[in-house]
Amino acid sequence: MNTIAETIQELAQRMHGFPDWEDRYAYIIAMGKDLAPYPEEFRSEQFKVKGCQSQVWLHPALIDGAIVFDADSDAVIVKGLAAMLMKVYSGRTPAEINAHKDDVAVALDLQQHLSPNRANGLASMMKQIRLYALAYSMIKQ
Amino acid sequence: MIESLRSQFPLLRRHVHGGRQLVYLDNAATTQKPQVVIDAIRAFYETSNANAHRGGHALGAEATGLYEGARATVAAFLNAQPESIVFTRGATESINLLAVSIERTYGHLLKGRTIVISEMEHHANIVPWQVLCQRTGAALRVIRVHDDGTLDYDHARELIDSSCAVVSVMHMSNVLGTVNNISELCSWARSVGAISIVDGSQFVVHSDVDVQAVGCDAYVFSGHKLYAPFGIGVLYGRYEFLSALEPYQTGGAMIDTVRFDGTTYAEPPGRFEAGTPNIEGAVGLGTAITWIRSQSRVLIHHHERIMAEKIISAVSCEKQARILAPEHAVNGIVSMVFDGLHAQDVGVLLDEQGVAVRTGHHCAMPLMNRFGVSSTLRVSVAAYTTDDDVDRFASAFAKACRMLG
Repeated sequence: MNTIAETIQELAQRMHGFPDWEDRYAYIIAMGKDLAPYPEEFRSEQFKVKGCQSQVWLHPALIDGAIVFDADSDAVIVKGLAAMLMKVYSGRTPAEINAHKDDVAVALDLQQHLSPNRANGLASMMKQIRLYALAYSMIKQ
Repeated sequence: MIESLRSQFPLLRRHVHGGRQLVYLDNAATTQKPQVVIDAIRAFYETSNANAHRGGHALGAEATGLYEGARATVAAFLNAQPESIVFTRGATESINLLAVSIERTYGHLLKGRTIVISEMEHHANIVPWQVLCQRTGAALRVIRVHDDGTLDYDHARELIDSSCAVVSVMHMSNVLGTVNNISELCSWARSVGAISIVDGSQFVVHSDVDVQAVGCDAYVFSGHKLYAPFGIGVLYGRYEFLSALEPYQTGGAMIDTVRFDGTTYAEPPGRFEAGTPNIEGAVGLGTAITWIRSQSRVLIHHHERIMAEKIISAVSCEKQARILAPEHAVNGIVSMVFDGLHAQDVGVLLDEQGVAVRTGHHCAMPLMNRFGVSSTLRVSVAAYTTDDDVDRFASAFAKACRMLG
């Protein structure tokens, strides 16, 4: 498995490789469609990510020391962005996530491709992923 | 006519997202400013800057003259006396001022009384009244909205009874474009002795208002939606109504005499303008209103309706899109939801193509709940909206729907 930094690098190359915005968005939307179905039992207020205009759910589970995330959104572009974050962060140990401080939106140069609303939504999801990672690392200690 | 009007708005020449011509259709959030308004603010600082109502020097007198001149312009615009015009930060502050001053003046009488608002109100005309109710023991009553986006006037008639102390309703909906029959609501309020307040933030942008004909105790709006700068707004108050009210903020300028054993307050409007006012904002607003009144408002109104109709027909081409209250949308505010699509997704793809619209709850969550939606995509026109804007919107909209479909 690639490291977090390598996976981000891979995604960034992919995003920059598209000749225009339509292809970039088609890719983001397609990633969302490929996302594993979100478990219905976790579609609750408890797992909602605050600070997004659309509804976003994020559920963590600690399996063999790694956090496996499930994510979903009722907006397809946000769902695609969530799928990107899943690709980068799901299946990582809390320590790996805690150690990687870089802003994924900056690394992917998404700021340039996303309007501020979207960037906020992404930042909210990112914050939640980091909070879960921090919480799991506290529990283990 | 519209092309020459449009050419007075420098911002509309902008490009976004690497070279796309901006199509600005978020006018219900704020309008762009004509060159005369920008010039007036600049000229104020370059030639006349001084504090108003202070100091016996030439510039002070000039600044005071400009500020009071702006007040007279606003007064004439609403068919009111200048003494009835209070400058505020915006409609939100105007309503907060009213809620706080009403509490300070009549709070002890409000227990068991009712405050009547409507289901379509902006949060700015909901939350201040909720707080007033919590503090006084008054109860909030809400006029229902019909499926077609019209107020339920039978329900309003029922709610505005002898227990009612305040009726506060918007003139035009910022989500649906509905224009409410506020003179009827105000006359019902008057008949039961209730205070009547109208939030005219959206309406004044499109049509003239005569507060005498409306018959309200207070009428409020923001400058920035009316081609004027941010941070300036208006509270019109019937003079007798204002005279009886306790002040909102206190400090300099709002006093008559100050002694440690007691302070007396100035008469309105000064009583409600504590501290140094936003002089540049008032000058900008006065200039914007003078500019609007130099245009043919009837022709602009007609033009805006045609633009709205074209937007409605472009939206209607897409099967997934459904316009809320289409018969009111022709007033210039077109709100829509999508089958199987989030409004935000469509908004993102419009933005990518240089088309600025708004998605979200538009500070009207109760109205969203009423229509069973969490957000809408809102397209709103202004005087400077052209056929070209609408054509660009239509093709961008079709493309967005195709990409998401």
